[in-house]
Amino acid sequence: MASLTDLSLRQALEGLSAKTFSSEELTRAHIEAIEAARPLNAYILETPEKALEMARASDARRAAGDPGALEGAPLGIKDLFCTDGVRTTAGSRILGGFTPTYESTVTTQLWRDGAVMLGKLNLDEFAMGSSNETSAFGPVVSPWRRRDDTAPLTPGGSSGGSAAAVAAGLCLGATATDTGGSIRQPAAFTGTVGIKPTYGRCSRWGVVAFASSLDQAGPIARTVEDAAILLKSMSGHDPKDSTSLDVEVPDFPSFVGRSVKGMRIGVPKEYRVDGMPAEIETLWEQGIAWLRDAGCEIVEVSLPHTRYALPAYYIVAPAEASSNLARYDGMRYGLRAEASSLTDTYEKSRAEGFGEEVKRRILIGTYVLSAGYYDAYYLRALKVRRRIADDFTEAFGKVDALLTPTAPSAAFALGENADDPVAMYLNDIFTVTVNLAGLPGMSVPAGLDAKGLPLGLQLIGRPLDEGLLFSLGGAIEKAAGFSLKPARWW
Amino acid sequence: MAIDAATVRKVARLARIAEPEARIEPLARELSGIMDWIEQLAEVNIEGVEPMTSAVSQPAPLREDVVTEGGDPERVLANAPRRAGDFFVVPKVVE
Repeated sequence: MASLTDLSLRQALEGLSAKTFSSEELTRAHIEAIEAARPLNAYILETPEKALEMARASDARRAAGDPGALEGAPLGIKDLFCTDGVRTTAGSRILGGFTPTYESTVTTQLWRDGAVMLGKLNLDEFAMGSSNETSAFGPVVSPWRRRDDTAPLTPGGSSGGSAAAVAAGLCLGATATDTGGSIRQPAAFTGTVGIKPTYGRCSRWGVVAFASSLDQAGPIARTVEDAAILLKSMSGHDPKDSTSLDVEVPDFPSFVGRSVKGMRIGVPKEYRVDGMPAEIETLWEQGIAWLRDAGCEIVEVSLPHTRYALPAYYIVAPAEASSNLARYDGMRYGLRAEASSLTDTYEKSRAEGFGEEVKRRILIGTYVLSAGYYDAYYLRALKVRRRIADDFTEAFGKVDALLTPTAPSAAFALGENADDPVAMYLNDIFTVTVNLAGLPGMSVPAGLDAKGLPLGLQLIGRPLDEGLLFSLGGAIEKAAGFSLKPARWW
Repeated sequence: MAIDAATVRKVARLARIAEPEARIEPLARELSGIMDWIEQLAEVNIEGVEPMTSAVSQPAPLREDVVTEGGDPERVLANAPRRAGDFFVVPKVVE
């Protein structure tokens, strides 16, 4: 039998059900793998004692004949989800030793279904970044390396810890969040599956806010089916989040393996951007061919406002962030710098507590919302956002889903894009449109580039049509036969 | 350059972030670079377009105006940088 940390979530749940191993054994194997993988810096906080306690409680529930849908499965939690009694940092110094006295709705639902928490996963500070390099706890190092090259690579961001942990066998699946691509780009960089569901599908309650009209939680997993199992547990209406959708949660796993024959798949011509590596273009063509072979009809569509999505995002997201992050004032929780006056205390606490990228975005947000600029920037961006959403609505009149690359390149080296914020922002060029429109988007691993690094394809669906994405993702996964794992060097 | 040093100082003050003098010029360059790139939004025809303020098309839900939680000062104060009894201690606000 394969090592316990090589199993898919599905296989692990079957093994637990068949009593081939206990949750305690499974959890212990993951704790050992995490200890051995500290050079990756994927976990900000390991919680082995809590994990073993939860695993033993899970084994007892199973023995009593009352297993949940995730019974006994050890998971990693992005450190943006508040966890009761367990320090939560958002990858920032400003939260200090903040230890929530409440549990996020999404994680509450995972524990309700029997999952076990291994620890809190590293991320870009406040989820602002595409390489995990803005974390106050240092960057995550990808378990993947270029062939014959030991240069440390980024696992992507902001959910870099989640993606690296799933790829390296440090958990069976992980929670993540996606404001502009933070689930899908790291999934593409690490050969894992990541889905950002429809805005409102997962409750945002207890998730540290970045840009509230864009933030969505979702899973990163090893297979499409695993992602479906996790998303089913994470989803559902929550009265504590006023944007949570009061709709039924479909049985997502049952969509994996369904025929996609007759589905119309749109290929947006504006996603063929200048300077895109030929390998990405080739992979995209391959994905089109796979779906055509599976019986889909391929239709070229136009999303004319695509190129304006990133600039609009870099007004909307910083504006919302500057407002959301105003709460970090050092008064009720988090870091407080000592100063003589109240204003100095605010200014010094925030100067010491926030990293450079977070400060940049707060300043941009404050600027575009300030008197005299509101209409020229913020209001204009909201109107462009409507144009982008309308492009999708029109496309979905002709097609059932869209197929695009997930990211414009494979993983890059740590430090490679660090000096140019705009170059870093361009990582999200194919993913950010989906957040602006509130649509579901999924990245599926589809192949390797010439240097041996994973590449992902993105599927975009109509609102609440995650089910079809799981069917299409399953078809791509089957055709691609992608089962590669990074060669262990750590 | 869209954003000069004086604007950086003003915005940093509004955002309550003490930026050291040595960071003002670099920030002016970085923020200007970002804002110059954002300027391309001026090309988009937004005539008659309603601003999109939410990705959810349903109206905000209402609930009864009643207390749902509370009366637990220990949980509220658990992470206070400084406390005295059931109060947060903060720097002097009123002169």
